[in-house]
Amino acid sequence: MSDILLSAHNLSVRFGGVLAVNKVSFEVQRGEVFTLIGPNGAGKTTVFNLISRIYTPTTGHIDFKGKALTQMPPHAVAGLGIARTFQNIELFEHASVLQNLLIGRHVHNRTGFWSQLLFTRSVHEAELATRRKVEEVIDFLELQHYRDTLVAGLPYGVRKVVELARALSTEPDLLLLDEPSSGLNMEETSDMAFWIQDIQHDLGITVLMVEHDMSLVSKVSDRVLAMNQGEVLALGTPAQVQADAAVIEAYLGGADDAASLRRVA
Amino acid sequence: MQELQVIFSGIAQGCIYGLIALGFVLIYKATETVSFAQGELMMLGAFCGLACVSWLGLPYWLSIPAAMMAMAVLGWLTERVVIRPVLGQPAFSIVMLTIGIGYVARGLITMIPDIGTETLAFPVPYKDTVFNVGGVVLGATQVVVVLATAALSALLYLVFRYSRAGIAMQAASQNQLAAYYMGIPVKRLNGMVWALAAAVAAVAGLLLAPITFVHANMGFIGLKAFPAAVVGGFGSLPGAIVGGVIIGVVEALAGFWLPEGFKDVAAYIVVLLMLVLKPNGLFGEKLRKKV
Amino acid sequence: MRFIFKTDYDQDIRVFKHGGHVFWYGLLLAFLVAAPWLIEEYWLAQMTFVMIYGVVGLGLMVLAGFTGLFSMGHAAFLGVGAYTEAVLAAKGWPFPVSLAVAAGLSAAVGAVVGLPALRVKGIYLGIATLSFGFIVEEGLARWESVTGGNAGMHVKAVNLFGLDTSSNEGFYGVCLVVTVLSTLAVINLLRSSTGRAFVAIRDSEISAQSMGIHLARYKTLSFMISAALAGVGGALYAHKLQFISPDQFNILQSVDLLLLVVIGGLGSVHGAFLGAIFLITMPQLISLGKDYLPAFIGQAPGLQGLVYGLVLIAFVMFEPMGLYGRWLKIRTWIQLFPFYRKGMFKRQKSFQKSDRLK
Repeated sequence: MSDILLSAHNLSVRFGGVLAVNKVSFEVQRGEVFTLIGPNGAGKTTVFNLISRIYTPTTGHIDFKGKALTQMPPHAVAGLGIARTFQNIELFEHASVLQNLLIGRHVHNRTGFWSQLLFTRSVHEAELATRRKVEEVIDFLELQHYRDTLVAGLPYGVRKVVELARALSTEPDLLLLDEPSSGLNMEETSDMAFWIQDIQHDLGITVLMVEHDMSLVSKVSDRVLAMNQGEVLALGTPAQVQADAAVIEAYLGGADDAASLRRVA
Repeated sequence: MQELQVIFSGIAQGCIYGLIALGFVLIYKATETVSFAQGELMMLGAFCGLACVSWLGLPYWLSIPAAMMAMAVLGWLTERVVIRPVLGQPAFSIVMLTIGIGYVARGLITMIPDIGTETLAFPVPYKDTVFNVGGVVLGATQVVVVLATAALSALLYLVFRYSRAGIAMQAASQNQLAAYYMGIPVKRLNGMVWALAAAVAAVAGLLLAPITFVHANMGFIGLKAFPAAVVGGFGSLPGAIVGGVIIGVVEALAGFWLPEGFKDVAAYIVVLLMLVLKPNGLFGEKLRKKV
Repeated sequence: MRFIFKTDYDQDIRVFKHGGHVFWYGLLLAFLVAAPWLIEEYWLAQMTFVMIYGVVGLGLMVLAGFTGLFSMGHAAFLGVGAYTEAVLAAKGWPFPVSLAVAAGLSAAVGAVVGLPALRVKGIYLGIATLSFGFIVEEGLARWESVTGGNAGMHVKAVNLFGLDTSSNEGFYGVCLVVTVLSTLAVINLLRSSTGRAFVAIRDSEISAQSMGIHLARYKTLSFMISAALAGVGGALYAHKLQFISPDQFNILQSVDLLLLVVIGGLGSVHGAFLGAIFLITMPQLISLGKDYLPAFIGQAPGLQGLVYGLVLIAFVMFEPMGLYGRWLKIRTWIQLFPFYRKGMFKRQKSFQKSDRLK
């Protein structure tokens, strides 16, 4: 069993005249937290969308657990063990939190259409099992209070957590988190940091995330990839990348600013 | 020779479809609402014109602007009273609302004693004129349809493309809140658009009236205008007219060449083909959600 | 006031959430079963129609209310089911078999009609289904060798292995059984992963996909289920009317079905039946009310259309949750009495955002 869970080779994607991602290569080890950083428009979410198969790369390929990902249809990605959250929350607005999480268990459904129509014993057992699994996620993220509330009525911070919960319900091997702390206050961000660490250590899930909050990045990441204008700038530990001159130039600010950032981290 | 005749009547009929489609594309472009009431507004426009000419005794050339004005006011009122309160609801609900408006219009007209259930002739000064162009007989009623449609669509295209109001309408249709923040008087614009669409429908009604006579079920022709809008591409004003003409011609030729029954469904078969081959229509825009 | 303390996951999974539910629905079922002995023929016939339209409405509710796919030509499936049943009944096929075939054929047509759904959304889908509706209606009229064309076709009585169901009561019984089974089937689907997948597709296709839901498969399935239910309803419709013709399955019938789901309450099983009750009783109410109105209104031919239009507009403007929504509000008021707060069901008034980017 290889140590490398996901590998991207020479990924490029072109939208019309714009080269959004240009010859990006990286590998994500099993069990690590790997973060993509970079200014807006660097292509980070585009890389996510390539992994989720929303876009198809113009050149290059992605392998997951040794298998090629680039030919798979988008709905097959979850079945392979990849779950993601979206930058602009894509929850099911007219359903309750519980129903959102139950939908997350869809890939694990083994009951057929006709058994469901008759709601046989096996379907009943499957429903109970699904519910038990979802309750574990609810406990993990402390969403008990919101279980039956319609998503449409929830505040932003809670929705972000529900989005994470839904991704966790799929029991993924790789979790893609798109800007998990955007829009969250200090307390919520530190909760998020703890959860990411728990996800990594207790649940054994590999995390690939896009993030702008450098303190969060330094706190939880094992390795960081800095991107700018679709290209790779630097790859290494958080400290190494934050000290890299090119990264500081493109994203973190001048040399003096870098010093103050290191103090925060 | 007969083909040309058939094609020309197809073009004229298609222009009517195009004008009705123009009405919905206008409303769609400005508010992203699909209005199924355009057919009935056309019917009301025709009745308005009839009222002006036959009962108020106005000369024909005065009745046209009068009917258009009356319908514009009606369109504005409809938007103000019925559509404005429901904006923000899912698109489907608004579609059902406009279907309801259509039912109300049709019901009210049918209820008018002595007139509602009749088919009435519309006296038009050019009714009996025909042109003979190289063996093809062109009724003046049809020629007027084509010319009026061309003029109207050119005018509207320019308004939308180059005027501030046109651009403002497009902005409001994509993101109402952002439009408000930019100082666009969204509500006022919406009222204007419905008034404009109703006036366009009135023109369609006045042009169609001499050909099919005025009756309460005229509005059902409006259903054929949807295929026209789809073929042209829902966000495109010239597309609506082009789509309409294509549908009209295909329909006319189908009636001429193919066995009975194909004429009625020709428009719908074209729509399905279009959705398979080029879902955004000939001139439509392809928008895609960015996550 | 009722407090429900949940101690068991089954309480969320079960169809009847608490004792009160069981009691009231049991009562309803008892009444429905006893109806042939309790109410007079005319009203029994109306109830039969309510059940037939309820089944069809259930199908459209699954498609439009739960999966978010709007079908403006649904009468086509009603027609396919009706004619299939008529043709097979004439050949002497037993009812359960012919019903299954009618459902199956409608489902197949549904799969075909659903093909555009895989590529286009929203109003384009509405127009595509509208077009199919017209094409099927015309097809039924042209295929004279099988359907008898515009002249229509007579339908023999239900052939239930020799049991006599030609009476009003007998046919009512058949409809009751079919309705109850269909409703249970739909409820079962909705509380398992298929139903959840439908709701996911309605609310956010992109995240449904990222949850592993195969969009094309589930959209097609939704169309097929919806069409099959309409086909079943159509088969019963054929037997009830005993005479069918293509113009009964036209655009007006499709719009009536849409009226049914919107006024009933989009997104609820109850809504299908409440909408059916509305659709069947509204003409009766209009006839009753006619005499109280001045002659020029009451006797006018356009009155029914006018009333339908006004009611539809009123519901969309003032009660977008439909009859079921209104019932929920009333029930909550009763349950919480006197603590009901006015703003409990207030819709979050949102600004309109482009639907094209959904």
